[in-house]
Amino acid sequence: MSNSKILANGVDVYYGSKQALFGISMDIKEKEVTALIGPSGCGKSTFLRCINRMNDLIEICKVSGSIKVDNQEIISEKTDVVSLRSKIGMVFQKPNPFPKSIFDNVAYGPTIHGLVDSKNELEEIVHSSLKKAGLFDEVKDRLNEPGTSLSGGQQQRLCIARAIAVNPEIILMDEPCSALDPIATAIIEELIDELRLNYTIIIVTHSMQQAARVSQKTCFFHLGELIETGETNKIFTNPDNTKTQDYITGRFG
Amino acid sequence: MNNSIAKEKIVSLRKKRSLEDMRFKYYGFTAMCLSLAVLVFLLYTIFSKGYTAFQKTIVLLEVDYNQEVLKLTPDSSDEDMEKGKFFRVKKQAIENFFPDLSKSDIKLVKKLFSINVDKEIKDYFLDNPEVINTKQQIWVTAHSDVDQLLKGNSRRDVPEDRRKLNDIQLSYVDQLVEENRVKQVFNNFFFTKADSRHPEIAGVAGSFMGSLFTLFTVFILSFPIAIGASVYLEEFAPKNRITELIEVNISNLAAVPSIVFGLLGLGVLLNVFGLPRSTPLVGGSVLALMTLPTIIIACRASLKAVPPSIKEGALAVGATKTQAVFHHVVPLALPGTLTGTIIGLAQALGETAPLIMIGMIAFIPNIPTGLTEPSAALPVQIYLWVESAERGFQEKSAAAIMVILIFLFMMNAIAVFLRNRFERKW
Repeated sequence: MSNSKILANGVDVYYGSKQALFGISMDIKEKEVTALIGPSGCGKSTFLRCINRMNDLIEICKVSGSIKVDNQEIISEKTDVVSLRSKIGMVFQKPNPFPKSIFDNVAYGPTIHGLVDSKNELEEIVHSSLKKAGLFDEVKDRLNEPGTSLSGGQQQRLCIARAIAVNPEIILMDEPCSALDPIATAIIEELIDELRLNYTIIIVTHSMQQAARVSQKTCFFHLGELIETGETNKIFTNPDNTKTQDYITGRFG
Repeated sequence: MNNSIAKEKIVSLRKKRSLEDMRFKYYGFTAMCLSLAVLVFLLYTIFSKGYTAFQKTIVLLEVDYNQEVLKLTPDSSDEDMEKGKFFRVKKQAIENFFPDLSKSDIKLVKKLFSINVDKEIKDYFLDNPEVINTKQQIWVTAHSDVDQLLKGNSRRDVPEDRRKLNDIQLSYVDQLVEENRVKQVFNNFFFTKADSRHPEIAGVAGSFMGSLFTLFTVFILSFPIAIGASVYLEEFAPKNRITELIEVNISNLAAVPSIVFGLLGLGVLLNVFGLPRSTPLVGGSVLALMTLPTIIIACRASLKAVPPSIKEGALAVGATKTQAVFHHVVPLALPGTLTGTIIGLAQALGETAPLIMIGMIAFIPNIPTGLTEPSAALPVQIYLWVESAERGFQEKSAAAIMVILIFLFMMNAIAVFLRNRFERKW
């Protein structure tokens, strides 16, 4: 248990009076890719958004229970969400680059956090982040063009570069490939595999093949409950729970 | 058999539906033509009545700048020059305007000239002091009655007692026309002078500046407040009963008749706070109150139109809420907010009732130079001129309407330009 990065215990989430998550407990290891799978509306995105407190944006959303990141409780009034979010980056379902230049998109995070003292340093961070996101070679000649002018897959990698630029430890990905074509998806999946060396990654996905390809651990959600969690290989070949079995073999969902 | 009946039914129904389609298209087309016709008629009326106001009539007058009459010498200082007896020069010039004028005729001739002629004679001299002791042919402004007669706005075939100019004066005017001593030129007074009791020297410069100062006040007051209020309501305010109540009441305020805001200005700004009456400062404050709800509603709509994913993106890299809003949401909403503000300003520009309540209807014969100086405003000026009995003001009011319409069109053009220039496609 020494290298557990995120430890969730009995997380309940309510949207108004409707309960969306029922006592989720989970242990996410460092520098691994954990895939959250399950049918639509099962609460996997909701759980993901608890980890960087993005649920705060939804006024009727109430979260209880405990989530510890590096042994620090984050479901608490006292949590500093700004520093939490600089530690936990997020990539959204639909690429959402700022309507600014490619450079400014990546530079925004480091600038607001004051991570850099000079223009050169900032340039270095932007370049290295774009390299890590595998985008640098494609855009190095047009860093001043708007980020929205890129293709969908490039935009998504730009968003990954933007998340990486503030030097997070964890990256949350909410169906990052659902709006992309298969080639762009393959590139992102490759990228995720590389990023695993330096970051703890949690990815929500609807594609079971994708979960099987990129993740080491898989968690299966159903109707707000965590049904089963374990090694990806095991979940996809020999799950303990029949519901998991049914979902994976395509009998429902 | 049954099948063919059903088919027939379908065909007849289809015919009916396409007929309905056609009918509706024609209704729409007729409605559009009608509104277009009304607009064209309106513009035509205004233009055909007003375009003559852009011309004035001037008369050639021979002035003898005799030093005895002026009580000046060629070496008089500038200060003394100012005090020259120019009215005597003018009197002499008019006495000699036609040969052998009797005393009563002189009186009649005098009425052919504008009251401004004294000043014109003086200004000409001050600009060219070397003309002392010489006779000069100067074009001076004719009286509005002559102006209107020559423009064909007042008729000469009505009985003498119902005319401004009597038969003798008419014959003088005819003589002037024959001798080419009268002509029509561009009316610079209309654009450089403030209101006046005399139509020939009344202009829109005063009320235009008044409107400009008023709009400036409206913008300065309402833009920051509207941005602040709408950003707070849209991005920060908790959704509860109180904010809901505020939202409903903003919409209600947008529908309050403008004269009520005028009364508020009269009761509070003038009587309680003692701000100076008839000034753009007060007028602008009242109009700002009136346009605030409109601008807030427009600002909120444009803030709402910014996709939430942008804000989420900023928050996810660790921006604070304020940073996310002011770095990303507000700049993206700015074109929309500016457009809304300009539309609000256009509304304020045309508003008359509240300005009447706070005294901007006073007769102000000079051009304001600041926010705290009494001044008129364009719509009030139009109202004042329409009300005037003098024939010369009729064309002025139509021309002033043209000025305010052009002003409005320009503001709307700016709004459209901003919208097209900065609009983003998501």
